[in-house]
This record gives sequence, C-alpha cells and structure tokens, in this order.
Amino acid sequence: MSRAAVTPEITPEIDEAVDEDVEVQRPWITIVWNDPVNLMSYVTYVFMNYFKYPRDKAEKLMRDVHYKGRAVVSSGTREEMERDVTAMHSYGLWATLQRDD
Amino acid sequence: MSESTYGFQRTATGRIVLRADKVERGLLSSVARQVIDLVKPEEMPEDADPLAAALGWTEGDVGPSDDPAVARLLPNAYADEAESADFRRFTERDLRQTKVQHATTVLEEIERSGEKITVGSPESWLGTLNDARLAIGTRIQISEDNHEELAGLAEDDPRAGLFHVYDWLTFLQESLVRCLDPSLYGFTEDDAPVIDD
Repeated sequence: MSRAAVTPEITPEIDEAVDEDVEVQRPWITIVWNDPVNLMSYVTYVFMNYFKYPRDKAEKLMRDVHYKGRAVVSSGTREEMERDVTAMHSYGLWATLQRDD
Repeated sequence: MSESTYGFQRTATGRIVLRADKVERGLLSSVARQVIDLVKPEEMPEDADPLAAALGWTEGDVGPSDDPAVARLLPNAYADEAESADFRRFTERDLRQTKVQHATTVLEEIERSGEKITVGSPESWLGTLNDARLAIGTRIQISEDNHEELAGLAEDDPRAGLFHVYDWLTFLQESLVRCLDPSLYGFTEDDAPVIDD
C-alpha cells in the first residue's frame, strides 16, 4: 500500500507559523496480531474504548485480526504508535509498530 | 463452581457484581497474585542512576523474558530485536506496574467483599482476567483448535486443572465484557439483563 506524497504548494495564504516539524504524512502504523487467547468480544471492546472507534469499524478490525492474522489499527507518528502499542500490551493484545512501507 | 453460574451481572442501578463463594474467591485471589508474581518489576539496584530510577528506566540489555508466559504478557514492540530492547528499557517497568496495579485492585476488591463482589474498577478486572488467561493459555499451549483436546485431558494430567481454570476465567471475562457493553452480545440497552441490587 502506498500513499500519495503530499507536495506542499507554495501559496501566499500559507500560515507562516506552520511548524515544519509536523509530519504531514503518517508514516508509522500499529499492528495487532491474532492469538488464540484473546476473545473476539474483548478485542472489539478494546478497539472501541481505547481508539474510540465506532462498533462497525472495531468489529471489522477484530475480524481482520482473527481471520487474516493481523490488522493495522492506527497510524501516526512514531511516538503516537509507541503509545498505542504500549496501551495494547497493557490490555494484553499482541501489538507491534513499524514504518508504513 | 456453583455461585458464579451467571458470571458478572449488571444490577438495576448499574453496578457490576459477581457472586462468588469462598472457594471461587480464593481461586480468583490466587490467580491475581500469580499475575503479580509473574510481572512485578525487580527492585531497582542501589547503584542505579537516580534519574533513570525515578523515571523507571532500566539500564543494560533487556529482552523478552525466557519464560514464555511472561514474554506473552510483555511482548516485543518491534520486529527488530535492538529496537525492541531499546523500547523496553524505557517502557517495560511502567507496563509491569500497570499490570501489578490492576491485579492489586482486583485483590483488594475481593478482600473487601463477601459472597457478592462489587466491581469498582472493571478495567482492572478485565486486564487481570485477560493477563491470567494469557499466562495459563501459554502454559498449556492453547491454540485455535485444541480446546476439545485440552477439555478431554485425563484428570491426572497437570494441564487438566489449568485448563479448567482457564475455561472458567474465559467465562468470567465474557460475562464482564457483556456487562460493560451488552451490544457486543446482541443486546440493546433496553433488553440487556439486569438483576436486583
């Protein structure tokens, strides 16, 4: 999966205060992996309560974890993904982060 | 396993309760203590850097535990071993403490209750029930398709008792998730079952 590069167009309207360090692209992802212990209802519950995803999205991600073996559950900066992975580990879900390439 | 036939239940006023007899409360307490024993962080060495100690950082090499159950509770965050070790150095102690805190809360809530345990901190119960299931599931090498085999083990097989506990904890965790979000089990807020307070 690739993402279109975001090419900033130089226009006079651009606010000069925009922080150049802010990453416009979201190059890191959190992956939750299937395991034989975690309950389907519990995994859905975690996705709804931690990520605040609506039930449909949480259930789709849970089914991807269960039937496809893994699902990308969030994307963002490395720091954000480290926070999400730690949260998943505290819930007992098996999660890793990596660059989205 | 008679009292908690219903698992966790929601009351008319919105509390979550678990009816559990003395044997069951003892078993739950024992399970929570075992989770604590598995994940509690080691004491910081006396010569540890004070700032690192205050922040909970671990010095030196840290990797996944040699104990598969602990390794499952505190898994690698990266596919790369070096990146994982680096991440552990800054985060594993906090994660251990979070899990210990959940299990300690569960112990306290059992100890101050009688036959009817009132769940004040459902997230702690969920976390501890799940951690216990992960640890036991790893010990008995549970997989997607060996439940029947484990359920049919001879009583003198050491895994048989563990599987019974695992199965009971699974039932309890399901019932707790159902209390917290009945919609995940096909109920609406109006027809979700409640009991008298």
